Amino acid sequence: MASKALYSHRDPVLKKRDDFEDILEERRNSSDLRYAFKCYTPVLYRGLTPCKAATLKSMVLQSEQLLHVINQVSAESGESTDVVKDEAAAILEEMAHRLQLRTIRFFAYTLSKAFKALYRSVCVNEEGIQRLQQAMQEHPVVLLPSHRSYMDFLMMSYILYTYDLSLPVIAAGMDFLGMKFVGEMLRMSGAFFIRRSFGGDQLYWAVFSEYVKTMLRKGYAPIEFFLEGTRSRTCKSLTPKLGLLNIVMEPFFKGEVFDVNLVPVSMSYERVLEESLYARELLGVPKPKESTSGLLKARKILSEDYGSMHVYFSPPVSVRSLAQGRINRSQFNLTPRCGGSGHVAQKPSEETQAFVNDVAYRIVRLQQENMVVKPWVLVATLLLQSVEGMELTELMEQTSWLRDLARMFGAFLDWPDHTPCSMVVSSSISLHRNLACVSGSRISLVVEGPQGPETPEEALFNRAVSVLSCASYRNQVLHVFLRPALLAMALSNANSSRKEDIYSCFDFLRNVFSDEFILSPGASVQDFDEACHLLVKCGAVELLHQDVVMAESGRTVLSFLTLLLEPFLQGYQVVCRYLREEATENLTEKQFIPAVRSFAVKLHLSGSLKCYEVLSSDLQKNALNALIRLNVVRRVRTNEQVLFKVNKAAVNSVEDTLGGRIPTQKSILARL
Amino acid sequence: FSCSSSGVKPAVATGLVGTVQQQDIMKWNGWGYADSKFFFNKKGQGEFTGKRYRLSGLILPSLKDWFEGTFGANLQHKSPPSLNTSAVAPPSLNEAFVEELKSTGIPFSHDTEDRVFRAHGHCLHEIFSLRDGRVGRCPDMVVWPNCHNDVVKIVELACKHSVCLIPYGGGTSVSSALECPPEETRSIVSLDTSQMNRILWIDEKNLTAHVEAGIIGQDLERLLNESGYCTGHEPDSMEFSSLGGWVATRASGMKKNIYGNIEDLVVHIKMVTPRGVIEKSCQGPRMSTGPDIHHFILGSEGTLGVVTEVTLKIRPIPEYQKYGSVVFPNFQQGVACLREVAKQRCAPASIRLMDNEQFQFGHALKPQVSSIFTSFLDGLKKFYITKFKGFDPHHLCVATLLFEGDREKVLQHEKLVYDIAAKFGGLAAGEDNGQRGYMLTFVIAYLRDLGMEYYVIGESFETSVPWDRWVLDLCRNVKERIVRECKEKGVQFPPLSTCRVTQTYDAGACVYFYFAFNYRGLSDPVHVYEQVEHAAREEILANGGSLSHHHGVGKLRKEWMQETISSVGLGMLKSVKDYLDPNNIFGNRNLL
Repeated sequence: MASKALYSHRDPVLKKRDDFEDILEERRNSSDLRYAFKCYTPVLYRGLTPCKAATLKSMVLQSEQLLHVINQVSAESGESTDVVKDEAAAILEEMAHRLQLRTIRFFAYTLSKAFKALYRSVCVNEEGIQRLQQAMQEHPVVLLPSHRSYMDFLMMSYILYTYDLSLPVIAAGMDFLGMKFVGEMLRMSGAFFIRRSFGGDQLYWAVFSEYVKTMLRKGYAPIEFFLEGTRSRTCKSLTPKLGLLNIVMEPFFKGEVFDVNLVPVSMSYERVLEESLYARELLGVPKPKESTSGLLKARKILSEDYGSMHVYFSPPVSVRSLAQGRINRSQFNLTPRCGGSGHVAQKPSEETQAFVNDVAYRIVRLQQENMVVKPWVLVATLLLQSVEGMELTELMEQTSWLRDLARMFGAFLDWPDHTPCSMVVSSSISLHRNLACVSGSRISLVVEGPQGPETPEEALFNRAVSVLSCASYRNQVLHVFLRPALLAMALSNANSSRKEDIYSCFDFLRNVFSDEFILSPGASVQDFDEACHLLVKCGAVELLHQDVVMAESGRTVLSFLTLLLEPFLQGYQVVCRYLREEATENLTEKQFIPAVRSFAVKLHLSGSLKCYEVLSSDLQKNALNALIRLNVVRRVRTNEQVLFKVNKAAVNSVEDTLGGRIPTQKSILARL
Repeated sequence: FSCSSSGVKPAVATGLVGTVQQQDIMKWNGWGYADSKFFFNKKGQGEFTGKRYRLSGLILPSLKDWFEGTFGANLQHKSPPSLNTSAVAPPSLNEAFVEELKSTGIPFSHDTEDRVFRAHGHCLHEIFSLRDGRVGRCPDMVVWPNCHNDVVKIVELACKHSVCLIPYGGGTSVSSALECPPEETRSIVSLDTSQMNRILWIDEKNLTAHVEAGIIGQDLERLLNESGYCTGHEPDSMEFSSLGGWVATRASGMKKNIYGNIEDLVVHIKMVTPRGVIEKSCQGPRMSTGPDIHHFILGSEGTLGVVTEVTLKIRPIPEYQKYGSVVFPNFQQGVACLREVAKQRCAPASIRLMDNEQFQFGHALKPQVSSIFTSFLDGLKKFYITKFKGFDPHHLCVATLLFEGDREKVLQHEKLVYDIAAKFGGLAAGEDNGQRGYMLTFVIAYLRDLGMEYYVIGESFETSVPWDRWVLDLCRNVKERIVRECKEKGVQFPPLSTCRVTQTYDAGACVYFYFAFNYRGLSDPVHVYEQVEHAAREEILANGGSLSHHHGVGKLRKEWMQETISSVGLGMLKSVKDYLDPNNIFGNRNLL
C-alpha cells in the first residue's frame, strides 16, 4: 500500500518522450583528435569547492564517522588504531578513483574510433542532457543507468564528455582490477572499485560508504552506479540492489544536503556485444575472466555491425519530493551525526528501508519505460513462439499486428516512419543473421553446430544457445506486456470469471514471478488495474459488474500474452517437479543449478519437455528464490554449506496452482 | 485621548521615561516609536527619522539600491496603509464584572483605540491586517492593575463572572500569543501590567532586586543603573518588552553568556492564578524540592495566570565595554570559530555571526560618510580584505562581539577570542562594525514597516540546534527551502533569506532567520508568507532544530507541540493547566 504514492495509475501511451540526436554523426564529420583535445569546461555543482582526488581521500580518512569505526574495530580486534588506520587507507587506496582529464581524452579518442566501428548511431535525448545539466548545478546528482553491457559505463562517460558535463565517478566491480592496465585506465577515467561482497567487514563498509557520501555531500562529481548490481545476462531488468542507493540517499535523510537528484538512464542496444556469451553463461559455461588479453582477442567484434544504440536520460527524480510525507527526517535528531562513542552506525529504520526499496523499483521502472524497443525485438518475440520456424509473410503480418499492440501498451518503439513493414523486418533480420535465417519463404532460428556429427546433448545445447540469445531480445519488451500477460494467464488459470478470483490468481502469479520481473512490492492492486485497463483498451476483455470476461475478439491478444509467459511458467513447474521428484534431503546450494539442469536435459532428451528456457540458470535461481519466499523451500546454513530443505507437499501445491489445476487461496483485498 | 465614559484610565503612567503612556508614543500599526521610521526622501535616499537611535536623522545612501536590488522592489510602487478603524466590533461587556470592577477603583477602558492596541503582537499577519484596516476579535475591555493585590482582585472577579483574561505586557509577541481566540464567547479583558512598573527593593548583600512584572526592559535597566546595577538581560525587544513577558515566554538576552537567560536570572516569582497565588517561601539560590515550580511558570505564555512580581539577580554595572568584529572568508569558517569559542567556554558577553546576505544588508544601512578621509579608509579596508586577503565579497561573513567587565580582563579576553578567530581565517574588522551590528538589531524591526510601504513583507523566526554540523546544514537547508517554496508559490523575485547565529551554548547555538519578499502580483501575500514560514519550520524540525529558542509557541507554533514534547509531555502541561485554571479564565489558548 505504501508504494501507492509512487505509482500513479495513468495511461502509458500518453507519456511524452523526447527526440533523439545521433552523437556519432558529428564524429564522422570532424576530427576525433580535435574532439579529444577540445576545451572541456563542465558546469559544476554550485556548492562545490573544487578539490583533487587526493584531497578527497584524506577527507575520507579524517572523517569522524570513519575514525569512529576505526576506533571501534581497533577496540574489538585489539590492534592499535594506527594499524587499523593503515588498513583503512589501504582499502581506500584500492578503491578510490583517480580521475584525470588526460585519460579521458585518450578514451574520447579511442572510443570515438571504436563506437564508429561498432555502431551505426548512438542516439541521445538532448533535452534530457539539458535537464541533467540544470540538475547538476543545483544538487548532487546520482546517475543510474541500466546495465546490459560492459559498454554501458564507457558510453555514459563518453556522452557526458561530449556534452561538456561533469564526468561521473563510477562504482565498478573489483573484477576489472584483474585486467592489467585496463583496470588502472578505468580508474583514471573515474571508476572506483568495490568488492562484490564484503558482508561482515565493518571497516570496508565504513570506508566505502564514507567515500561515496563525501563525494556526494561535496557535490564532487556525479555518482554513477548500476542499481541492478551486475550486467543483466537476460536483458531483463534485474531486481534492484539497495546498498549503494541507501548510501547516496542518507545524506539527504540526515539533512547534510538539501536534496539529491536521481537520474535514471535507459541504455538500449540494438545488438548487445555480449549476446551469445550471455547465453552460454546462462547454460553453465563459465564467464570468461576479465583479462586484458581477452579484451584484445575481442577485437574481432570491431568488424561486426551492432546497429544503433539509444541512451535516454529521464528527468531527474528529487529524493526530497519522493520522501515528502514518507520519511520523518527528525528520526535522526536524537543520535549524534558522526558516530559518537558507543554509537554503532545506525541501521536504517523499517520505514526508511521500505522507502528506499520503493524508490529503487520506481527508478528501474523508469529505466524500463524509456528503454527503446527495436523492431527485431518484436520479431524475436514472435519467432520464439514458433520455434520450428514460420512463413515469412505470416511473420510480417504478425509483426505489424504486434507493433500496434505494443504501441497501444505504451512501448517506446523505434520504428522508422514511412517504411513498409516488410522492409523493416527484413533489415532487422539481416542485422541479426547470426540468430535468424531465411530460407525460401520460411524463417527460422539459426542453430550453430559443429561441422561433424554431434551428440544429442550437444544439439540440445546449441539449440538452447540460439533460443536464449533470441529470448534476450524478447525480454526487452516484456515490461510492456508483463501486467496484461499476467492477467491473461490468470484468466486462463482461474476457475471462474469473478473479478476477485481472477485477482487472487493474478496476485499469486505476480508473487511467484516477483524475482523474475520488476514487480514493485505492494503494488499488486495497481498492477491489476493497469492490466485490466490495457486489456479493455485493446478490446481483449470486458469488465461486466463483478466479472472479467474474454471478449469475442480477444483470443489473439490473450493467447499471444499467455504464450509470452509460457516459458517462465513451464520453467518454474520443471523446477518444482525437480524438487518434488529428485531433490534429496541434503541438497546443497552448489548442487542445485547443475542438478536442475541435468534434470531438464533428461526431460528434453526424453521428448517430454520442449521448453528451452528452463535450462537458464537465471530462471532456475529466480524460481528457487520464489519458492524460498513462499516458504516452500527453507534455506539452512550449516557449518560448511547452505542446504535447501524442501517441503514436498507445498511444492506440489505450488506446481499445481501454477498449472491452473487448483485454485489459488483466496486473498481478497478490501477494495475488490 | 478620549476617555471612555464608564472607566477611568491612568492619566499618567510612571513607566517609559515617566511622562506619557507607552501607547501614545508608539505606532498603532507598526513597530516601535511613532517618531522613528525609515523612509525614502525625495531624492530617493533612505533616511531614518527621530532622535532615539544612532541612525536617527542620518541619510543612508545605499539603502535604495540594496532594497531595489534585493527585492526587485520599486520606489514608484507604494502600498500605503488604509487607515480604517471604524471596522472594530463594539465591545461585549460582562456588566456584572464591570460593576464590581468599578467598585474596586482599578482603572479600565473600553475605548476602541485601547482595545485595538492590545489585540495584536507583531507577527506579520497581525501588522499587515492592521495596515489594511482589518481588525479581528479584540479584547472587550482593558484593565490597568496597579499592584499585585489589584491583580488578585481582577482574577477573582474574572472567575466569579466568567470573564476571559489575557495578560498584556509590552505587546512585542511574535507568536500570535496576543490574538484573541475568535471562538471565545465570553467577554475578553486585556490585563495590562504596564502600571506595575516599580522596583520594590534592591538587596545589595545578595545582589537581587524585587521588581513588579510590568516594568519595561529599558526602564528596569535605567533605574537599576541609577543605583549602579544592571540585570544584563537584554533581549532585542528590551525597549518595549516587559519583565513579566520575559518570564512568560522564557526570554533570552543578548548577553546571556555573562548574565544568563531569564531562567538563570529569576530567584523568585509571584504569580496570580485562578487557584490562588503561587510563590516559593524563600529565596534560596537552588532547591531540591521536587520539580522546580518556576519552570511551570516560565514559558507558560499567559495560560496559567499573571506574573506580578519577580526577584531577579543583579550585577554591578561593568567597568568597561568594548565592541568588536571579525570578518571570515565564509559562513562555514565563522561557525567553526563560534563552535571553538563555545568549546573553550570563552564566549564574550555577546557573539553573533551574520551570513553574507546580512553582511550586505548591514552595508546598505551605512550612513553617508562625513569626510573624504573616512571614505578613503573604508575603501582601503575593503581593498585589503577582498584583494589582499582574497575574501570573496559574496561569501565573507561577519561576527560581531561585545565584551564586558574589568578593562584589563576585557582586553585579555578580546585577545583570546581574536586569536581563536585567526585560526579560522578571521580578520579583526574593528569596533565600529561591531557596534553597528548591534544597532541594527534594534532598527531592523522598523525596516519591515518601510518594506510594507513598497510591497515587501517579511519576518524573522528562530530556532536552537546542536553544534556538530547541524548548524551549517540547517542554515543551508532552511534558506534553500524558503527560496524554493517562494518560487513554487509564485513569488516573482527571489526572496531575502538570511540567517545569523545569535547565541552559543556548550551543546549548540541559536539561529535566527530573516525572510522577506516582494509580493507584487500575489493575491494573498500573507497566506503565501504563512505557507512559506510553515514549510521553513518543518524544515527546521526535520534538520534537528527546536520549535523555538526564545520567541515561544503562542498559537503560531502550537501544532508542533505534541511532536516536540511528546503526547505525554503535553498531557503533563494540560493537567497543570486543568488544576490551576479549570474554567480557562486565562483563555488566550496559547501553547496547548
